[in-house]
Amino acid sequence: MNIFVFIQKDNGTINRNSLEALAGAQQFARATDAQVSAVCFGEVNDQLTEYDIQQVLSISDPGLNSYNPQLYCEAFNQVISAHHPDMVIFGHTYQTRDWVPRLSAKLDIPFVSDCIRIQNQNGLILTRQIYQGKINTDLKVEGSVLVSIQSGAYRLDSIVSGNTSVQQFEVNLDSVKCTVHPGEKFQESKGSVDLSRAKIIVAVGRGIGKEENMPIAKELAEVLGAELGSSRPVVDYGWLPHEHQVGSSGQTVSPKLYLALGISGAIQHQVGMKGSSNIVAINKDGNAPIFEIADYGIVADLFEIVPKITQTLKDHKG
Amino acid sequence: MKICVLMKQVPDNDSAIILSNDSSSIKLNDITWCTNESDTYALEEALLMKEAHGGEVVACSFGRESSQQVIKDALAKGADRGLYISEEESDGFDILSTAKIFTQALKDENFDLIFSGLQSNDSGNAQLGLLLAEMLNMSHAALVMGTEVLNDTRIKVKQELEGGWFQWTELDLPASITIQSGLNKPRYASLRGIMMMKKKPIDIFDSSQIDSTGSKNKIFLDKMYIPQKVKETTFIEGTPDEIASKLGDLMINDIKVF
Ligand SMILES: Cc1cc2nc3c(=O)[nH]c(=O)nc-3n(C[C@H](O)[C@H](O)[C@H](O)COP(=O)(O)OP(=O)(O)OC[C@H]3O[C@@H](n4cnc5c(N)ncnc54)[C@H](O)[C@@H]3O)c2cc1C
Repeated sequence: MNIFVFIQKDNGTINRNSLEALAGAQQFARATDAQVSAVCFGEVNDQLTEYDIQQVLSISDPGLNSYNPQLYCEAFNQVISAHHPDMVIFGHTYQTRDWVPRLSAKLDIPFVSDCIRIQNQNGLILTRQIYQGKINTDLKVEGSVLVSIQSGAYRLDSIVSGNTSVQQFEVNLDSVKCTVHPGEKFQESKGSVDLSRAKIIVAVGRGIGKEENMPIAKELAEVLGAELGSSRPVVDYGWLPHEHQVGSSGQTVSPKLYLALGISGAIQHQVGMKGSSNIVAINKDGNAPIFEIADYGIVADLFEIVPKITQTLKDHKG
Repeated sequence: MKICVLMKQVPDNDSAIILSNDSSSIKLNDITWCTNESDTYALEEALLMKEAHGGEVVACSFGRESSQQVIKDALAKGADRGLYISEEESDGFDILSTAKIFTQALKDENFDLIFSGLQSNDSGNAQLGLLLAEMLNMSHAALVMGTEVLNDTRIKVKQELEGGWFQWTELDLPASITIQSGLNKPRYASLRGIMMMKKKPIDIFDSSQIDSTGSKNKIFLDKMYIPQKVKETTFIEGTPDEIASKLGDLMINDIKVF
């Protein structure tokens, strides 16, 4: 079996999720004697030549210097037509979300997105989460497949070092008529809240119910001297400004204590807070995925518990 | 602008998801259905664009019979007409085949724009609108957090990137974009809207005639199961008072919050 791993680069640096995907590919290959190659647009980082992979395919074309989904698709189309890999693996980045579905339609090869595991059990089995992490599915494949790997599914430090060779691959992108014109990247003006330095974060999720209930969380944050964090819906509804959002589209935090109130623990939230030293979750649903990563769990109605905790802490402070 | 909004019916957040006995599907009996959250933002963005620039908004849904409710809700909010793609059994695993069915249903409509939510809360493939872009020869953008019409042939969108970054991208029309939650405030249906809804047409496209399985590359369900927990969580139990005092003790003495 021939496996290709696409190496995404952001301003020249290899994307972490691509390397995690590479670690996953190596692990699968060791169990099955498959061959792993990396595919890289533009200059090959030295780092990439120090891993145990069969080869690095380097594709240099001015059209690939910055991200353009249609040029990326055509370049990869030519790689796949020439080499016929059985499986192409991507990190599940926002860029992957943008162009790999288009590639799938162009090649008529299914794209199994956001997988948490690739393994061999009498053939390839891809595992992905559905119903927001409440259920896992194992999928089997006939023919070729495109796969993306969820952030954190494989450990970066499990990458195996070794030797590899770099092969140049020529593409011709003249036939592409670009109708997508990517422009400048920007950050919205930063607010005053820097959650990355916070020691304690009281994080509010949709379980808070309505804006009028926000003081319940704010009072607890106040007595703890904590910053307020939140999941995405709380920001979407306008109950807190975006600078409070924790997760893949928001901030990454690692406080001493992360207190999650009415947060289900979707992967996009987890990636922003799983590095916290102590995670305490209060959720009325004992099956919520937040309990996958919580150190301490309370299965209860937050409205019954939180005001009492605030009072307990107030009493202690005197 | 002639805009199609792809909308999916999914279990609401509070529905218990329970596996069927043979672990090949979930039990549907006890589920309360709703419109997929990001699809409601996609509809709102389409309605705002129509209000500003004129045109037509068509709400399109694919799935079991009850999916027509999603279309009716969209019509009550202001969509002009519905398109229901009937289908008896879709497992949602093979989104590439599903996209081929949509392509057949949509190809003669010549939409300027297709809007969809960026990902469904059930199968979560996050692909349909983007697969259609390629199949219907449209430009595309994923994770859209803002739209602006530049002229009759071009729009500009704000795309979300990781970690609080964004990017402007211009798209030639026709374009298919997937909408991220939070870019607008989805409206509620008015009483008048609900009355008007009853007069609006819902076309039905019968997908049973379409062979979408032609590809030699296929995926199949092996099994579904409840994820195993990987981390040991210490659960704090008792009455609310007991929990508060145990948690207070933990925070003060073990985690040393003060
Ligand atoms: C590309 C992309 C990027 C995203 N980026 C982010 C991001 O940066 N950050 C982020 O957070 N999300 C992000 N999301 C959204 C993410 O997928 C989830 O939808 C979101 O995190 C859910 O937020 P929540 O947990 O507050 O809400 P829900 O999932 O609705 O969970 C609410 C929880 O509250 C519990 N609850 C309800 N009432 C009570 C009560 N009275 N007492 C106790 N518990 C209660 C429920 O049991 C439930 O578990 C992103 C999604 C995508 C697709």
